[in-house]
This record gives sequence, C-alpha cells and structure tokens, in this order.
Amino acid sequence: MALVEIKNLNKSFGSNHVLRGIDFTVEQGEVVCVIGPSGSGKSTLLRCVNLLEQPQEGQVFVRGEEITDRDCHLDAARQQIGMVFQQFNLFPHLSVLQNCTVAQITVLKRKQAHAEQIARANLERVGLSEKVTAYPAQLSGGQMQRVAIARALSMDPALMLFDEPTSALDPELVGDVLTVMRKLALDGMTMLVVTHEMAFAREVADRVVFMDGGVIVEQGPPADVIGNPQHQRTRTFLRRVLDPTHVEPTS
Amino acid sequence: MSVPTTDTVERKGLSPRQRAQRSRWIQYAILVVMVLVAAFTANWGQIADVFFKPEFIKSAFENGMLDALVKTLEYTAGAFVIGLVGGTILALMRLSSVGPYRWLSTAYIEFFRGLPAIVVFIAFSLLPLAFEGMTIPWDPYGVVWLALGIVAAAYMAEVIRAGIQAVPKGQVEAARSLGMPAGLATRKIVLPQAFRIVLPPLTNDLILLVKDSSLVFIIGTAADAYELTGFGRDLANTEANLTPLVTAGFCYLIITLPLGILVRRLEAKAARTR
Repeated sequence: MALVEIKNLNKSFGSNHVLRGIDFTVEQGEVVCVIGPSGSGKSTLLRCVNLLEQPQEGQVFVRGEEITDRDCHLDAARQQIGMVFQQFNLFPHLSVLQNCTVAQITVLKRKQAHAEQIARANLERVGLSEKVTAYPAQLSGGQMQRVAIARALSMDPALMLFDEPTSALDPELVGDVLTVMRKLALDGMTMLVVTHEMAFAREVADRVVFMDGGVIVEQGPPADVIGNPQHQRTRTFLRRVLDPTHVEPTS
Repeated sequence: MSVPTTDTVERKGLSPRQRAQRSRWIQYAILVVMVLVAAFTANWGQIADVFFKPEFIKSAFENGMLDALVKTLEYTAGAFVIGLVGGTILALMRLSSVGPYRWLSTAYIEFFRGLPAIVVFIAFSLLPLAFEGMTIPWDPYGVVWLALGIVAAAYMAEVIRAGIQAVPKGQVEAARSLGMPAGLATRKIVLPQAFRIVLPPLTNDLILLVKDSSLVFIIGTAADAYELTGFGRDLANTEANLTPLVTAGFCYLIITLPLGILVRRLEAKAARTR
C-alpha cells in the first residue's frame, strides 16, 4: 500500500484552476521531488496532502485513510505528516525547545521530560543542540529552518512535506538545510519535497515529478527527468533553471 | 548648447529657514505675553485658597482619600479583568466561521461602543426597577465591575480582534500541521502572540478605564464605597472648597502617568523587535 495516494485531485482558487486532475502516489521510504515553474500548482499539491488546502474534487489517502473524507479525524491524521514551510513559521513566542515540545505535550500528551528528551534528540540531529534555549528571532534563516525540521520530526511523522524549504534562505545558508534533508533521506524518511534545488533533486530524489499548468507533465528517476527530459515544457523549464542567464532565441 | 555657468543666482527675500525662525520668535513672544497677563491679572491668593489649600489636602487624606484611591484601583482592576475576558471571547466570536456568533458579537460591540458609558451606568442604577428583587452579588463591587466591564469588553474586543488578525496565517498553518485542533492552536499559538501585539493599546484602554471608574457615583454607591471622584466631590461640597477634588485629580495622575510611560516603553519595544 502506498503511503500517499492521490486520485483525480482538482483545486481552484476562484476562477483559477490550479490542480487539474492529479493522480499521484508516494511509496513508503521514497524521496520524491516536485519541480516546476511558479504557479504550476506544486505547492498547492503539497498542501493538499495534509489538507491545508481543501480540494474541490478528488481523494487523498494517507496510509490508506481517506483524509478528504469529511468525517476523517484530520488532526490525528496530520500528526503523522510533518510539514516544513518556506517561511519557517516557527512560533516566535516560544523557545527553540518549546517549539519542538508544544505539540508533543498538547497533542500527543507526552510528559514534559519525555517530550524534551525527544526534542533535544531531534535538535541534535539537525545540528542545533546548543540553541535549545534561544528564541527564533535570535537565529539565522538556516538555523530557523532546521529548527522547523526538528519540530516536525519531534512528532515522529511517517511522512515529511517540504514546501520550498530553502527558497527564503540566503544562498550561503542553503547547504546546511539541504545537508539535514539529505541525512533524513538516508535515514529512510519518506519525503515529498517541492524545490528549485536541482542538484539536490538529482542526488537525493528517488523520483522527480515535473508539474506545469496544474498537471504532472512527466515523472521518473532524476537521471531521466532532469538528465534526459522527454517533454518540451520540461526541457524549457530546466534550461531556464539550470542556466538563468541563457537567452531564448525567440525572446 | 549653453554651458552652465558658475555665477551665483540672485534671490530676494528671506530663506525658508529664516522665515520659519522669524515665525517661531513671534509665537514665543505671544506665549510670553499670555503668561505675563495671566500672572498679573489673576488673584493668586484666592486661587490657592480654593484649589490648593494645604489644610484641606491634609484633611482629605485624613478622611480617607487613600481608601478612595484603593477603591478606584479595585474597581478598575476588576472591570479590566471582565473586559479582557469578555473582549477576548467577543473577538473570537467576531472572527468565527459561525454566522450567529459573528452577528451577536458585532451587535454587542457596535451597541456598547456607540453608547456613552454614562448611559450604561444610569441604566444600571435603574436596573432594580426592571428586575424587581434582582441583586448583583459582591455589593458594591459586583455592579461596578459589571457596568464598567460590559463597556470595556466592547472596546477591548476590537483591539484584540486586530491583534489576532495581525498574527501571520502561517502560524496557524504550522500549528494545524502539527495536529493541533483549531481551539488549541488559538490558545497556545495565536492568542499569546496577539496579546503581545496589542499590549500597548490594551494598556491605553486600562488608562481610559481608570478614568471611567469615576462614573461609578452615578450608580449610587454608599459613601464607604466612594472612589476618588465621588469622595473628592463629596468632600468638596461639604467644605465648600475645591481642594479635595483637585487632590483626587492628582491621585488619578499618580495612576495614569506611570501607565502612560509604560505604554510608550511597550511601543518602543514593539518597534524595535519589528
């Protein structure tokens, strides 16, 4: 059974039809990178997996449970889906440690000492054990994003969603976050990553999905999709991303 | 093509700076004249006698000015708590996705915000006419807290609503993505940040509340329940001298001035962290 299964997903914002009938699965232990131009619907697809966006049509199954069912225990389902945001969204009024324990204590009903132990272990995993008492405002962007990863991991998720996790970072800080994500992938975490980091996708992903105009244009191993794309749209996109200074002959 | 020359341009008259300076000197001169006129025409002896007579200041404190000060603080504090709790509930209702909650709180806020507080107090003083035999517990605190708190809640609801809306949407999304139900996310994540944002304007509302507590005398409290204004007015009437009322006024400033400084500090701090 696939960990995530999406059937005929349709999502519109007003008259803007963002997702046009997406069918898509993520297997246990798989690392899937979603690439595509801005406005292609890749972030919306990711946000439909934990229902931060409510699709108009279609079904989303996580571990066989249909979370698009109106009577689904959505909060329980979300506990097993970790999410990392482009803008980090750390809780500014809580310390780094409390950011990682608040949901453990209030949602999973873990004892504080136990929650802190798990939080410390995850903060060590992202290389920030010396920052436990700091507040988000005292951290760099890269550190904040790693705390956000530790916060999501502290819930022991079965799946991690990454929504352009390095897009808001200064270039020299991107590497720290990608290193943590690479380690996570090696540890066998199931990951669905929306990203513009082609080198990361090529190296870490088991599968790359190229989206454009609300549909999946092509998907497959990174060597195929990034190395030898079959569709013209994919080729155009990759040429622009991999060589931003390249000038199209027609333009 | 003409080449720009280095010749200086001739301009007539005063420069803008000189003109501003001249107008400021004129303003200072007017101010000095006004002060001098006031100083020489007023009967200072009589003014001091009516407003600042030391023996009446002394007798005001001997007769219980401090008790009245404490009463003012108690009335304000209780009303602030009711306003804060009520305002938070109203703000959450106003932002609710449930229609009737929204309508109810909007109606409440618009009604009590548009009404002079004094009208609410008069209504409270006449309440026994409408509901015979009804008593509000903890006399006199119960009535005062309720009357002040009902009005304060309407004001604070709008402030708190603005604060809740100022918390970025990503905060709720992060909380919900961790599996927090909506109510828990509001309590643990949104409200603490919202209150931090509205601390300066809420302190402002507290200052207003301190002053509004002077309306309590309208409810018709007993003499031993007088707050500053009621006490000062009473004593001023019996002694036919305004000094007790002026003393009460200064007691208000003792409360409100530090609060004003606190607001400015909080605002400066909020500006720094932004």
